[in-house]
Amino acid sequence: MSTSSDCAPASPAPSRDVLRGLLETMLFIRLFEEKIVAVYPDQDMKCPVHLCIGQEAVAAGVIAHLRPGDYLTSTHRNHGHCLAKGVDPGILLAEFFGRASGCCRGKGGSMHPMSPEHGILGTSAIVGGGIPHGVGHALAAFLRGQDAISAVFFGDGASEEGSFHESLNFAALKGLPVVFVCENNHYATNSPLGARQPNPDVHRRAQGYGIPAERLDGNDVEAVYAAAGRAAAHARAGLGPYFLECVTYRWKGHVGPDCDYEKGCRPKDELFDWMERCPVKRFQSRIEDAGIMDAAGTQAMIAAISARLDAAVAWARGEKYPDAAEAVLGVYAPAEV
Amino acid sequence: MPWSKITETSLEPASDGDDARGRILSYPEAIREALAQSLAIDPAVFVMGQGVDDPSGMFGATRGLHETFGADRVFDTPLAETALTGVAVGAALGGMRPVYFHNRPDFLYLAMDQLANHAAKWHYMFGGAACVPLVLWACTGRGWGSGAQHSQAVQGLFFQIPGLKLVMPSTCYDAKGLLIAAIKDDNPVLILDHRFNFRNRGYVPEEMYAVPLGRAAVRREGRDVTVVAASHLVMDALRAAEEFAAQGVSVEVVDPRTLRPLDEETILNSVAKTGRLVVADTGWRSGGVAAEICALAAERCFDALKAPPRRVAGPDLPTPAGCTLEEAYYIGKNEIVAAVRGVLKQK
Ligand SMILES: Cc1ncc(C[n+]2csc(CCOP(=O)(O)OP(=O)(O)O)c2C)c(N)n1
Ligand SMILES: [Mg+2]
Repeated sequence: MSTSSDCAPASPAPSRDVLRGLLETMLFIRLFEEKIVAVYPDQDMKCPVHLCIGQEAVAAGVIAHLRPGDYLTSTHRNHGHCLAKGVDPGILLAEFFGRASGCCRGKGGSMHPMSPEHGILGTSAIVGGGIPHGVGHALAAFLRGQDAISAVFFGDGASEEGSFHESLNFAALKGLPVVFVCENNHYATNSPLGARQPNPDVHRRAQGYGIPAERLDGNDVEAVYAAAGRAAAHARAGLGPYFLECVTYRWKGHVGPDCDYEKGCRPKDELFDWMERCPVKRFQSRIEDAGIMDAAGTQAMIAAISARLDAAVAWARGEKYPDAAEAVLGVYAPAEV
Repeated sequence: MPWSKITETSLEPASDGDDARGRILSYPEAIREALAQSLAIDPAVFVMGQGVDDPSGMFGATRGLHETFGADRVFDTPLAETALTGVAVGAALGGMRPVYFHNRPDFLYLAMDQLANHAAKWHYMFGGAACVPLVLWACTGRGWGSGAQHSQAVQGLFFQIPGLKLVMPSTCYDAKGLLIAAIKDDNPVLILDHRFNFRNRGYVPEEMYAVPLGRAAVRREGRDVTVVAASHLVMDALRAAEEFAAQGVSVEVVDPRTLRPLDEETILNSVAKTGRLVVADTGWRSGGVAAEICALAAERCFDALKAPPRRVAGPDLPTPAGCTLEEAYYIGKNEIVAAVRGVLKQK
């Protein structure tokens, strides 16, 4: 992939622990999404789900550089980001199942996870709506003299919204510690990028605002990890925002657990080509080939994650629904500080 | 927390004008003092907006604050109302208390997504796990041919949105106390002010005080007709009441001050007493604030009503610019007088 930027120097190669961690995060996200695919036909997860199967390397590679006190802003396609930042899968699933112990007490659904202790202060499903929030978190950190950075995830479609441009302009103007991460999966619902943008290089827009920007293979977790390391170091050093365009592809339909090529939403060959470039399988082989883990080790990792997720699903399904009386509560925060 | 010490005072004047009790300030000075005191007691407060640090300083309301509190805490913004509102929301979520100024409410339409889809819903949508202590302030202009995009009364649109608080001050005392209450509040609060108010001078205590959001003020007591009016129409209603007093008709003037939450009790108590209601609102007539307050009375104290409630509201038109058309467009004291006559005639 082409890289065009004034990048910081390459950081040292990731340790074996880091590499194992990246694989574990990617597997965790993949298996979480597959669990949803498995349970969805039961029709008790009564909310739309936007799955990120195929895009796991972006969440894993970027978020590995975030600290607990750093902020993260996501979108409707948020499961991977939340899990990588450390949000408990059971709390997410309980929310998707509409339970009172979900992260929003059953009021948010799958598009609006939040977890203040992980720096996720709410999630917008208005395309482009969350981008300025992430910039605002960085402004808050700056005004308080905190050394937190803010990672802002969004899709290629969001880069068409006015809020994207306004946010980049302001973040660059104020030199705020933001890492913008565009997950360019080539589609916004069923609309291909070429039908929407005259210039397919999203990252060049950021360069227009004077923000250092890179375009990279978003299915190569090591490439993402390296670029995100440069981005996070740049922001932490007080040098201002940094922009990553991670080129990737989603395997499932825009929403729901099914593939959409049967409906003619996109060419089957295109999907199958990208599935050949599976970010998880590719990295798993790399780890096994390099002798960092053997096949038995990766299988054990998969089994442990799967067991944890089964337990999370069972727990979430066993939780209580909120009392119907709660529907009218909480429109306003209590007035007293 | 610095804000828990801010008292709600009862030293409340019935209306503006010279007051024997003490210090008189101009309207912009009252707002400026609220901002300066808030910036001084809480480092989480900051002020942003196009022109807040320029020589005119938002008609004087923010003048010079950047010199006292620094350019980090009082700053000019790019012309990007959509994202800057989102930035303010994000900063509020990150523990700050932003106050975002717009010199015209017309520009709030560009912030509608962040206000209606985000700020107002955040507390509810996340099951109470987040709040957005954000103040937006915008000032309606009027006259001198400002026209359709620089003089709108937009309160009706924002009035509809659950989760947003909506404030329309009328006196210098309230301009300070309501702004402090808004900054202190953990919810997004939109203050819609009016340039006509900026001509007012009135009693403003020096201490820091909050006028509670959601509590109306009875500006003048009366027996025969209730006039509910907000912002600069309070003055018009008081002038109308004065005229009627000379004719032996007693008009009660209720200033809701906060439209959301609305002090229904004070309005309904007044209507229960007088049996007649006129609601004056600068916004558009159809589906607006006046319509809602009339519906409230019809639904909740129908038996007390001696006549159908009446709306005195802006016509359902964009604001025309030419001076003769503008003159025909606006409502004021004369329209309130005519409506009061109307409800008095009906038995
Ligand atoms: C402002 C707005 N317009 C349209 C939509 C409907 N919508 C939801 S997701 C989506 C596509 C977004 O594409 P992209 O930003 O590339 O994210 P992806 O779904 O590919 O992850 C659209 C159009 C919306 N939610 N918000
Ligand atoms: Mg996309």
